[in-house]
Amino acid sequence: MNLESLYQEIILDHYKHPRGQGLLAEPLGSAHHVNPTCGDELTVEVGLATGGGLVVGYEGQGCSISQASASVMTELVNGHTVEEAEAVRLAFIAMMHAKGAGEPDEDVLGDAVAFAGVAKFPARIKCALLGWMALQDAEIQSGLMTPQSNEKTQ
Amino acid sequence: MSLDVARIKKDFPLLSRTVRDGKELVYLDSGATSQKPYQVLDAERAFYETSYAAVHRGAHALAEEATIHYEDARSAIAGFIGASPSNIVFTKNATEALNLCAYAFSNATALSRQGAEGRSIDPRFILGPGDTIVISEMEHHANLVPWQELCAKSGATLRWFSVDDEGRLDLSNMDALIDATTKVVSVVHQSNILGTVNPVRAIMDRAHEVGAIGIVDGCQSVPHMPVDIAKVGADLLMWSGHKMLGPTGIGCLYGTSEILDAMPPFLTGGSMIEMVSIETSTFAPAPQKFEAGTPMVAQAVGLAAAVRYLEEIGMDEVAEHEAALTAHSLSALTAIPGVRIIGPSTTFERGSTISFVVDGLHPHDVGQVLDNLGIAVRVGHHCAWPTCRRFGIPATTRISPYIYNDESDIDRAAAGIIAAQKFFGVAP
Ligand SMILES: Cc1ncc(COP(=O)(O)O)c(C=O)c1O
Repeated sequence: MNLESLYQEIILDHYKHPRGQGLLAEPLGSAHHVNPTCGDELTVEVGLATGGGLVVGYEGQGCSISQASASVMTELVNGHTVEEAEAVRLAFIAMMHAKGAGEPDEDVLGDAVAFAGVAKFPARIKCALLGWMALQDAEIQSGLMTPQSNEKTQ
Repeated sequence: MSLDVARIKKDFPLLSRTVRDGKELVYLDSGATSQKPYQVLDAERAFYETSYAAVHRGAHALAEEATIHYEDARSAIAGFIGASPSNIVFTKNATEALNLCAYAFSNATALSRQGAEGRSIDPRFILGPGDTIVISEMEHHANLVPWQELCAKSGATLRWFSVDDEGRLDLSNMDALIDATTKVVSVVHQSNILGTVNPVRAIMDRAHEVGAIGIVDGCQSVPHMPVDIAKVGADLLMWSGHKMLGPTGIGCLYGTSEILDAMPPFLTGGSMIEMVSIETSTFAPAPQKFEAGTPMVAQAVGLAAAVRYLEEIGMDEVAEHEAALTAHSLSALTAIPGVRIIGPSTTFERGSTISFVVDGLHPHDVGQVLDNLGIAVRVGHHCAWPTCRRFGIPATTRISPYIYNDESDIDRAAAGIIAAQKFFGVAP
């Protein structure tokens, strides 16, 4: 286990140059999540573009893993349908709980496969999941996702 | 440095292990919990092997022996802070002891509302709107949340001492904060996040001037400095065994006889009663009144061994050792550009626990790099979230050494911080 397996180049790059940062002008839903063990906070907002695709923005403070994960997340879900975004979200959660076993699907997860190494650091999994959990809540808030449909997919 | 750290380290089996692919362990997280010497482990094991049985019940030889061990442990632990054994209540930890105190107020208040036939309720424990509870901005959540809950239940108002930029309590408005409306004053002796040692005597004296009950959270002071309860002047003081070389699962609450007698019990059931009928019960005198159920006997024996271990070293020597480490840590940390201490910047009235932030780096990431080098530190808000908010930061990295640490441990942590700055490309 070395530091580089946790802090992949892609993660450090997203941490230093975050994408998708900032809140939306007209959000349909918003969720504020905290990691009570370390005090990290993240607000994720969702809306719909005129074409019907998701628009996701976020604001917060936290460690490199939580911030980079939120940044990668916006790249992966922006412009996609709610269903497509949910497929990525579930794949990301599965990767985080895989304890490093199995090959994450790069076609689905794109840059987010860089977080596969985080799964070997139990204390950091929550950091990586912070944005993705807030995304789900914001989608439920906005009515774009119902709590029941989410229960079925878990 | 007066302590023979190399020799002390040999008493702690865990400290010889390696972590993260064979790296020598540097344990700098004793503020969270301390490691255990053979003397404590052996005492607990020997007790189980030779004298274990239920205490304070049954008449057989083992029950008698176990009871003697348990009560001898209480005496040793009481002596450690200059108290009598009847003034020491065993709890699960300091958090439970603080809840025991807070619940004394809510139970007294609820009982008084019911008229509580035949029970004399001490009015000092009855709370209502208009009453105030005074804490500080540097409290551990354990000395904050129970009082918030008590306020929510009783209508009392929470007040607090604020913390200045140096991490010291602002006592300039003490007489206004603690006034005739104040029923409880509960403050930390040594902050677990800032390292500040507070002038608790003056605060307790002011509490008593207005007739309030004075409580001191001794979690970070009792393990690290000589604490003489008579000098502290608190009515109630608690700490956890696991932070002073003792086992988990045992904490201690000191209370003056007068206050313990006046406080209604917290947990009820077996072992804490005097007389029970199907309709009602009366309670045993303190400390039994507060020790419902089968107590943590082996843990008490282990904690007594920890007390003996520390007494053999001498608490003055422990404090002196830590003062020297504090001076070394402060200069080693401040020598690193981009590192800022959160808390007192000098050794004056300060313990060896030191929190800091590194410009451009999140504490979690600092901690991760240190961990990769085998150095165990704590990152986060240290259960003192309001203190972090006060300093406008989400979290800190914290080193908290103890008797088994020396200057080389601090130097390795300092080198690790520089390594973290390099790794993330933020070295100024
Ligand atoms: C100052 C202070 N108060 C209270 C506590 C709570 O102790 P425990 O978790 O053992 O109940 C701690 C330890 O975390 C502490 O440092």
